[in-house]
Amino acid sequence: MIGIINYGAGNIRSVSNALNRLSVPHFISSDYTKLNQADKLIFPGVGEARSAMDALNRAGLTEWLKEVSVPFLGICLGMQLLFDHTTERATGCLGVVSGTNERFNNNNTQLKVPHMGWNQVRLNGDNPLFSGMRTGEYFYFVHSYYAPIVQATIGTTEYDVQFTSAIQQKNYYGVQFHPEKSSTAGLKLLKNFIDVC
Amino acid sequence: MLTKRIIPCLDVKDGRTVKGTNFLQLRDAGDPVELAARYSEEGADELVFLDISATLEGRKTFLRMVERVAEAIQIPFTVGGGISTVEDAGRALEAGADKVSLNSAVLARPSFIEETSRRVGSQSVVVAIDVKKIDGQWTVWTKAGTEATGKDALLWAEEAVQRGAGELLVTSMDRDGTTSGYDVELLKAISDRVSVPLIASGGAGTKEHLRDAILLGHADAVLAASIFHYNKISISELKSFLHDSHIPVRKTWTT
Repeated sequence: MIGIINYGAGNIRSVSNALNRLSVPHFISSDYTKLNQADKLIFPGVGEARSAMDALNRAGLTEWLKEVSVPFLGICLGMQLLFDHTTERATGCLGVVSGTNERFNNNNTQLKVPHMGWNQVRLNGDNPLFSGMRTGEYFYFVHSYYAPIVQATIGTTEYDVQFTSAIQQKNYYGVQFHPEKSSTAGLKLLKNFIDVC
Repeated sequence: MLTKRIIPCLDVKDGRTVKGTNFLQLRDAGDPVELAARYSEEGADELVFLDISATLEGRKTFLRMVERVAEAIQIPFTVGGGISTVEDAGRALEAGADKVSLNSAVLARPSFIEETSRRVGSQSVVVAIDVKKIDGQWTVWTKAGTEATGKDALLWAEEAVQRGAGELLVTSMDRDGTTSGYDVELLKAISDRVSVPLIASGGAGTKEHLRDAILLGHADAVLAASIFHYNKISISELKSFLHDSHIPVRKTWTT
């Protein structure tokens, strides 16, 4: 059974719809005693980092999230929150992975922010999350802040800079893009997470 | 590389897809959920649904349709038409939409852009701008293009972004439904002024029109309705053509 972590800052319904498409049993909860029953966890996130961390604190999930032992998938902001810190309103995050998320810099350029649309993910070697998928597959992105390239990086994407679009550190996986909105490639990735991670 | 998006637009009235010419003369174009699924399979990158129902019952039907669309397809979609409170926006997103498109309500009360983007994040807020050229000036029109606001389109575009729009959907009313091509000068003037993505709308009739909106109009995404609804151009054929024109697109066709 897959648990979707609900803290009021996620695209819960889209993730749930995608799991329904895959006929994967799942439940949605903000209570970690219930979430502890899950075989795997999905941590969606959209919106602004500080509000999301405040919501996690209010829900009493912050410390619990750092010590999850089952396979865990952070999506979009859910991936960024796994890092130490973000410059988005100078917010401290979960610190599962070292590094700081920064904003795409378009002060002196025509770069459009947010980075919005379908872009390619270059894979760093084999990872079960991308099992059976080619490097350069397209996924749907929407974000204004990006994660740095670190030891845990398993996929990168280019938009003005090269940034981390997928990570794995032990049981913690994360993707910057939205697999639940990335058509067949996204469903394949979710299925990989459920079947082989 | 970030690809340019192809966005079929579905105008929905009382649960059916319709398409007008110059905002009038509606023609039936089928069940929106079926069409959405077909476009998604053909390689559409995103979809837009505009509710043009005028009745309360029509709006309820529309929300149920949004839920069905979200269950049926796994690509992003925007909904608009008649969203005038933060609660309306919230309901559309909860039903499964990814973004809301705001138009008349933000012209009547511009601070509604801030209110909505603060609540749902600016990445989910599209401001739609209907533009008509009057005496050489691009002016903004409201209420489905029936009333002039007197606002200058370029200034309004800048203001909308400053207030928290995450994307702009720019429709040339002069071109809409005519299939005579997008107003690329209008698109370029706005796109070059703002820091958020721009969706081009109004006038698509040929593949070359969509190419020009991107290359000459600097659009980040191109929206069209009738050319897709009546099978004038298939999405895969269009993407293949854009690819050959050296425009980055998500490859969904087979060669």
